[in-house]
Amino acid sequence: MSKGRERRAVRSDPWQVGGGSGIEGDGFAPRLNRRHRMANVWRTVFRLSTVVGILALGLLLVNIINDAFGYVAIVNTVDPLELGEGRPLEELPKETLVQILEANVSAGLFRRFAHDEPFEERASGDVINLIYENVVKPRVVNQWTLLESLTQRRTILTQGPVDYPGASERSVRVRFESWVDVAFITSPQSADATRAGIRTAILGSLWTIAIAILFAFPIGVGAAIYLEEYAEETQLNKLIQTNINNLAGVPSIIYGILGLAIFVRALQPLTSGALFGMTDPTTANGRTIISAGLTLGLLILPLIIINAQEAIKAVPNSLREAALALGATRWQTVWSHVLPNAMSGILTGAILSVSRAIGETAPLVVVGASTYITSDPNGPFAKFTTLPIQIFQWTTRPQSVFRNIAAAAIVVLLVLLLSMNGAAILLRNRFSKRL
Amino acid sequence: MVSMGQRVGRHQPGGRHQPGGRHQLGERTPAGEAWSASWAQASPLDRGLSAATELEVLARRPRIGERLIKAFLFLCGALSILTTVGIVYELSKESLLFFTRRQWEVTNKPLAQDIEAGWTSFEVGTSGASLRDGALIRVAGELMRVEAIEGTRVTVVRGVGGTTAGAHGAGTVIEMANQVTLREFFGKTDWNPQIGRFGIWSLVNATMMTSVIALAVALPLGLSVAIYLSEYATDRARATLKPILEVLSGVPTVVYGYFALTFMTPLLRSIFGTGVVEIYNTASAGIVMGILILPIVSSMSEDALSAVPNALREAAYSLGATKLETALKVVVPAAFSGVAAAFIVAASRAIGETMIVAVAAGAGPNFTFNPFKAAETMTGHIVRISGGDLSYNSLDYNSIFAIGLLLFFMTLTLNIVSQRVVKRYREEYE
Repeated sequence: MSKGRERRAVRSDPWQVGGGSGIEGDGFAPRLNRRHRMANVWRTVFRLSTVVGILALGLLLVNIINDAFGYVAIVNTVDPLELGEGRPLEELPKETLVQILEANVSAGLFRRFAHDEPFEERASGDVINLIYENVVKPRVVNQWTLLESLTQRRTILTQGPVDYPGASERSVRVRFESWVDVAFITSPQSADATRAGIRTAILGSLWTIAIAILFAFPIGVGAAIYLEEYAEETQLNKLIQTNINNLAGVPSIIYGILGLAIFVRALQPLTSGALFGMTDPTTANGRTIISAGLTLGLLILPLIIINAQEAIKAVPNSLREAALALGATRWQTVWSHVLPNAMSGILTGAILSVSRAIGETAPLVVVGASTYITSDPNGPFAKFTTLPIQIFQWTTRPQSVFRNIAAAAIVVLLVLLLSMNGAAILLRNRFSKRL
Repeated sequence: MVSMGQRVGRHQPGGRHQPGGRHQLGERTPAGEAWSASWAQASPLDRGLSAATELEVLARRPRIGERLIKAFLFLCGALSILTTVGIVYELSKESLLFFTRRQWEVTNKPLAQDIEAGWTSFEVGTSGASLRDGALIRVAGELMRVEAIEGTRVTVVRGVGGTTAGAHGAGTVIEMANQVTLREFFGKTDWNPQIGRFGIWSLVNATMMTSVIALAVALPLGLSVAIYLSEYATDRARATLKPILEVLSGVPTVVYGYFALTFMTPLLRSIFGTGVVEIYNTASAGIVMGILILPIVSSMSEDALSAVPNALREAAYSLGATKLETALKVVVPAAFSGVAAAFIVAASRAIGETMIVAVAAGAGPNFTFNPFKAAETMTGHIVRISGGDLSYNSLDYNSIFAIGLLLFFMTLTLNIVSQRVVKRYREEYE
């Protein structure tokens, strides 16, 4: 570069041999300016790219919050206040509720409810749900995002109720709906978006994650200890190491396919609970919580191993040498010196892997998550749905109101993930203080 | 252990060590006392011998517990091999079934005449699906191989596959065997299992479309972010910005799918017009996927750029290079292996990404190069057909594995290439 510059300088001014004046004479200064301009332009570009990245994260979050709250216009087929003769249904005793239900549904339907579960045994909340689903039948006819709700509140409240042809003004209710609330988290799934909740999904997620971690954590840490503390430089051990690195890059859906073939199909007697006589009568196949949990376990295993290896590597060698010099066996060294020192790193890695597993959707769809269940999972052999599966299903429904509850479920999922990551940081700090 | 310590203590020449400490420490335990008593009684020769044998015993004593632990830990490590073997075995086994399974398709094409056992040529009806040259057909249990077709007249080889040739009445419906061949799988562009079309390219093409769009977003942006963080940003800015960006890769992908469908697609439709952009389209899925893999590119590249020693930068500055020139002409080439590996890992991630495309890219195979049209990717297809209760003995079930095998090899190749790149082009600095 400098050579070329000099040559040109000489060409333009052959009598000037000295470097300095030649540079000044021939457009070096403008070129320098141009270079500086370029440098400035690109610095701005680089900075903007970073801003774009952060902006994308912001947009993602704002978009979700925007959908998770806002006004809704609901049309009730029958006014619930009319049913309760002026009193809200929630205040009525169960006997009155049952009478209301009996008076408003066909005799056959009422008998079927009684057959499913006798009314004496049902909670009054359950009866209210039945009344809502079969008598009141609320329909969400319009919904507004949080932004619209905040900026056009007046218009929505005045024009909202009269906008719907075919619905009398009285039956339309416009109210501010926070789609994320306690009822949303604690109520089971429902075909009615306004009453649907994620209780079964959360429980399903917790079950699968618990099984995944019980399976993957001991094995993962064991493998990491083997590779870092025991393994000699043999071909086999090198193969194991390469293999683990490659497994970490396998798309999650492939694990789903593996889970489908191995856990759901080949090990069906085991994973359906038939071997233990604990089959769930409604499924009786391998598409159960334990299959899903083991699949997720396989998925996070390489991540746990790699993280644990890093943590074990970080333990200073002097500690091992000190223990071995005192005559401790290899395992004693590992158990009493290496592991306590590496535990914070191992746990942090494990929690991060788990937060990855919580968000996984694709492998569970392939393994066979149920689309619609309203009862809580009652053990590892129950059929399952999880939070991300629920989000997926609600997102892909054509009715736009399901987008709102999908957004609400996403809020819950993100809060769950954030608190897990927070826990990871806290745990790491606590452990590192103790040591 | 205690006895060992004592032995060493006794043999040490008196002068240099304090007579107090170690002896007392050892003799506090009963075992130590017993040992020192026997030591005192033994002759000097015995002492030497017993020390030697005891050492040998110490060394030779089999530690069963330790062995078991080591074996268990090895099994933990070996499980990963088992996982890989499981993946390859299951994918291959079911894929093999996919390519060998014979599916009988009712053609709704009847025999147009009564045929005798010896006939090799006969008339068939005009209705129903058309027969193919070389196809295997079944007429009331008898297998025949089609030799030639001239209009409605077919020439066949009778009684194929151990079946006996017999007489069949007019009107008997012909069934045709559908078997997916590798040639069809890799040679055709339409995927439609209902009518027995299994050309993988419509799925692969959609995967490529979304991945290329995602990479077109993520690579320039990611590299720019990495250069900014590593070369321009202050330490404090980097310490806050990098984790924030990494949050992006921690968000579950189904959330990105939601984002693509409820934000990116409406945005694209409002920019390019609702007539141009379909509700489900590969552009929206691809762009959002780009956001997802952005932190992978930026984080890995930033690590590589930061690892370039400062001496190189200083040398460039001293030659009069601007910051930009230093970054682009010195630092980035020096970190080439890391940056390239980041790009390849990002590509592998994009190809295997599932939920974004399952939600936003479309639910139907479509061979198109228009990014605003709906097209189903390989992963999206797997998710869609396995969503319901899939029966184990169906071509759909097997096709999942065939697609999965292809996907597995594509990502595995990329991952191995990335590891090779790192090894081959790594610049070592002291």
